[in-house]
Amino acid sequence: MSGDNIKIKICMGPGGIAAGGNDVIEAFKGQLTNQRINASFGEQCSLHQVGCRGLCAKDVLVEIIIDGKETIYENINPEKVPRIVKEHILGDNPVKEWIAGEDYDNFKKKQIKVVLSHCGEIDPEDMNAYIEAGGYKAAHKALTSMSPSEIVETVKTSNLRGRGGAGFPTGLKWELGLRIKSDVKYVICNGDEGDPGAFMDRSVMEGDPHSVIEGMIICAKATESHKGYIYVRAEYPLAVKRLQQAIDQCLQKGYLGKNIFDTGFDFDIRIFQGAGAFVCGEATALMRSIEGKRGMPTPKLWRSAEKGLWEKPTVLNNVETFANIPKIILNGGDWFRNLGTERSGGTKVFSLTGNIKNSGLIEVPLGISLREIIYDIGGGIEGGRSLKAVQTGGPSGGCIPAALLDIEVDYESLAKVGSIMGSGGMVVLDETNCMVNTAKFFLEFTQAESCGKCTPCRIGTKRMLEILERITNGNGKEGDIELLEDLGSHIRATSLCGLGMTAPNPVLSTIRYFRDEYEAHIKDRKCPALVCRNLITYSIIEEECTGCGACKRACPVDSIRGVRKKPHKIDPELCVKCGTCFDVCKFKAILKA
Amino acid sequence: MVTLKIDGRKVTVRKLSTILDAARKLDIPIPTLCHHPELSPYGGCRLCLVEIEGIAKPAASCTTFAKEGMIVNTSSPYLEKLRRTNLELILSDHPNECMLCERSGDCKLQELAYFYGLRENRFKGEIRVYSKKDNNPFVTRDMEKCILCGQCVRICDEIQGVGAIDFAYRGLNTRVSPPFEKDLNCEFCGQCVAVCPTGALTGKMWAHKGRQNFKEVETICPYCGCGCNITLYVRRNEIIRISSNEETINEGWLCAKGRFGYGFVNSPERLTKPLIRIAPKENSIFNVKQTNPPLPPFTKVGRGGINNAALFKEVTWEEAFQYVSKRLKEIKENYGPDAIGGLASARCTNEENYLFQKFMRVVIGTNNVDHCARY
Ligand SMILES: Cc1cc2nc3c(=O)[nH]c(=O)nc-3n(C[C@H](O)[C@H](O)[C@H](O)COP(=O)(O)O)c2cc1C
Ligand code: SF4
Ligand code: SF4
Ligand code: SF4
Ligand code: FES
Repeated sequence: MSGDNIKIKICMGPGGIAAGGNDVIEAFKGQLTNQRINASFGEQCSLHQVGCRGLCAKDVLVEIIIDGKETIYENINPEKVPRIVKEHILGDNPVKEWIAGEDYDNFKKKQIKVVLSHCGEIDPEDMNAYIEAGGYKAAHKALTSMSPSEIVETVKTSNLRGRGGAGFPTGLKWELGLRIKSDVKYVICNGDEGDPGAFMDRSVMEGDPHSVIEGMIICAKATESHKGYIYVRAEYPLAVKRLQQAIDQCLQKGYLGKNIFDTGFDFDIRIFQGAGAFVCGEATALMRSIEGKRGMPTPKLWRSAEKGLWEKPTVLNNVETFANIPKIILNGGDWFRNLGTERSGGTKVFSLTGNIKNSGLIEVPLGISLREIIYDIGGGIEGGRSLKAVQTGGPSGGCIPAALLDIEVDYESLAKVGSIMGSGGMVVLDETNCMVNTAKFFLEFTQAESCGKCTPCRIGTKRMLEILERITNGNGKEGDIELLEDLGSHIRATSLCGLGMTAPNPVLSTIRYFRDEYEAHIKDRKCPALVCRNLITYSIIEEECTGCGACKRACPVDSIRGVRKKPHKIDPELCVKCGTCFDVCKFKAILKA
Repeated sequence: MVTLKIDGRKVTVRKLSTILDAARKLDIPIPTLCHHPELSPYGGCRLCLVEIEGIAKPAASCTTFAKEGMIVNTSSPYLEKLRRTNLELILSDHPNECMLCERSGDCKLQELAYFYGLRENRFKGEIRVYSKKDNNPFVTRDMEKCILCGQCVRICDEIQGVGAIDFAYRGLNTRVSPPFEKDLNCEFCGQCVAVCPTGALTGKMWAHKGRQNFKEVETICPYCGCGCNITLYVRRNEIIRISSNEETINEGWLCAKGRFGYGFVNSPERLTKPLIRIAPKENSIFNVKQTNPPLPPFTKVGRGGINNAALFKEVTWEEAFQYVSKRLKEIKENYGPDAIGGLASARCTNEENYLFQKFMRVVIGTNNVDHCARY
């Protein structure tokens, strides 16, 4: 064993846990004990579980720091642990072939970590680690030396816009929250995160819970509120646990509760667990849910800052929005503002998924181009295929075609091309994706999640889905595209809440950029990407067929005929388009078209 | 007060009035299906959309405050198209069986479909199918006709304070339901039936009794001293159903008795002449053994009703009064005035009840006098 200061950080973000992070931790513990390093455990050699490091595609990521020298390993599993301990920790000779390569460097290069600066670096369950990393300095500063309006001014200067989707300027929201006087006011943190595939907020709540709480304390001071709620979906048990732990630690230390930092300021936070309806992420539905009512949006006769939770003035922000606050208070509004574009300051976290090499959690300055995200950070498309579109904004967002890859990523530019920033989902689609099917996938989600309150969303989205279903099933009718456009813009214009207003986006944006694909489905009864089952035909290319009979034996419905060593034939009447023959043929003699 | 302009006409309304309130003040028609003036704002049907100058998207007039200087437009080809499409969507998930529907002719949805001339529907698709659970005696719930306006849910919670029903499920599956989708088991005030704009909720006793050609009779509910206004829908001297006008002292709200308890009016068991008992009480129909489970209300028991000649004798009012005064006198003489007690009725007027206690205290000479509202 070389130095006396060894740190092992194991990624235990959502990706890390899914890839077996717990087993890796256990393996390290076992190895360290076996190798009798336990004597120095904790003092000289410490093991840390850390939040998401971003590059989930290469999880489990393990960082080993010896005397300040950092080495990152990727794709680590328990079997690899003994060798790392033996060669690297005991022998001071890092295992070269497992060290994170170029991809990891590229992945990190264009990112700027503000919200995620602690994620993957500190142990989220250790309050001291947060404090050592500069935590609660901002809250201390805000409570001891800033007036509410000074805080509001700083946030206004920062140009921070709500990260929950709509992008409302946070400073303005707080200003209104401060201006309205009331004996009771609430601060709510929206951690519902219902978009399928999104895990930005989850990573922050699990990986750096104290930053969210610190942001809320500052907001409470700025808006003169003394009660806070964090709304987290019950499907995020680890986030709930870590947040509660953090709240308890704060209460013990006097950072929450009565007389915080001896300033006479009181603030309490409670966690409310949601039952997992997407619509409960909508601000008014969320408040109704806390009130014990059905999570249904209510009309905005009043702004939440006037009448929100239990009809009291309420400031509601997203997890990521709050997590930005401490850094803004410490480094100043201008610093944050200058990170982003003219109209939106700072950085944004995205979950980069789909057909991309480096899938994971990224944080980039607003205004970066989509191209940089996909090719520089994301490492491009998997398997050398070509990019078709990028879907941003989750189920409420739209598809941006490859041709528009140079647009800047900010609220306005995304809206201009028919998509939205949303909460930060980014799904990369390559040529193997059918755009009609993709739109259908998102609409399946939104129509099922409609709260059912208003006509256009409850019935309209269902009808759109039915039209998409018939198109992908090969029963599309002349006029269906126009009907989708008409109904889509109708739902957008007349729905009560954001769910309905944005639900048609995936359909409308794919029609806008990929109309030919819709037409191919309807007019030619073909799915150009060969995804929609009913529109695919399998046939045997006579010249290539050796007559081996593999396909005939594999076909589950006996639809393939032929004698040995002679070209075989598929009976299209019987074929159920399962694709088994295509997979088993060794001579590429089956044509999928 | 705020002043705004709707369709070119100026109107002044109180602060916190909605655009819909203001338009109604000018008698400008705006279609609505989920709005109710006494209930909390809802904004579900999306028919009441209007255009407001300076705001890009149409706004629901029922859930938008009128503001000083606002310029509002309540009708345009675009607005009518939006309304029409929303109606079309509602009807695409509707049984459209007006021929057999109890509310036909008195249905807001039917009326709007008529005004918008909706026959074809571009959005034919899956429609909801619900199994009926209607063993309760008062309310028929044909939820496939429900348009989810939420008025029943709100009235039950906000006016009646019962909360017997709420929304369940999501998406097209959303439905109004009692807990765990059981049969309705509530006060049966029928407030929900009264506000339902469609044939989803109807009175059980209305079924197949007729939908038109009623004589409407304004009267007062005979049950209690509250004196709610009711409207009887009468045909051939039979009450077919009862409703109550919103512009009355009781604002249109009724209780289960007032709304559904009219069966006695034409009941063969109803007392129409004075009767004097000629057989002992033990043989009375009220002594019929209780069945288990108890019989539902309105089941006829006994031997063909009270007018059984074996138990009672029909007399004139004169004879009846004679009999009563004779017996009261006898009892008072033999056993003293406190052997007599008087129970009056909440159905009587205050004046009648006053006279009754006076009679008991002064004429009979006892304080044994009571009734459900107490003296
Ligand atoms: C259907 C729907 C779902 C939403 N889900 C979320 C969510 O999961 N998390 C979130 O922060 N905001 C969500 N929002 C946005 C919230 O309504 C609200 O705008 C946001 O939380 C405000 O915080 P911000 O200003 O910090 O973004 C959702 C909105 C809609 C319409
Ligand atoms: S738009 Fe959809 S989710 Fe929103 S209130 Fe209407 S039905 Fe509910
Ligand atoms: S509810 Fe109205 S529209 Fe529906 S069937 Fe009955 S009368 Fe017709
Ligand atoms: S049952 Fe009637 S009142 Fe209740 S939501 Fe349905 S349509 Fe509205
Ligand atoms: S009346 Fe306004 S939305 Fe229904």
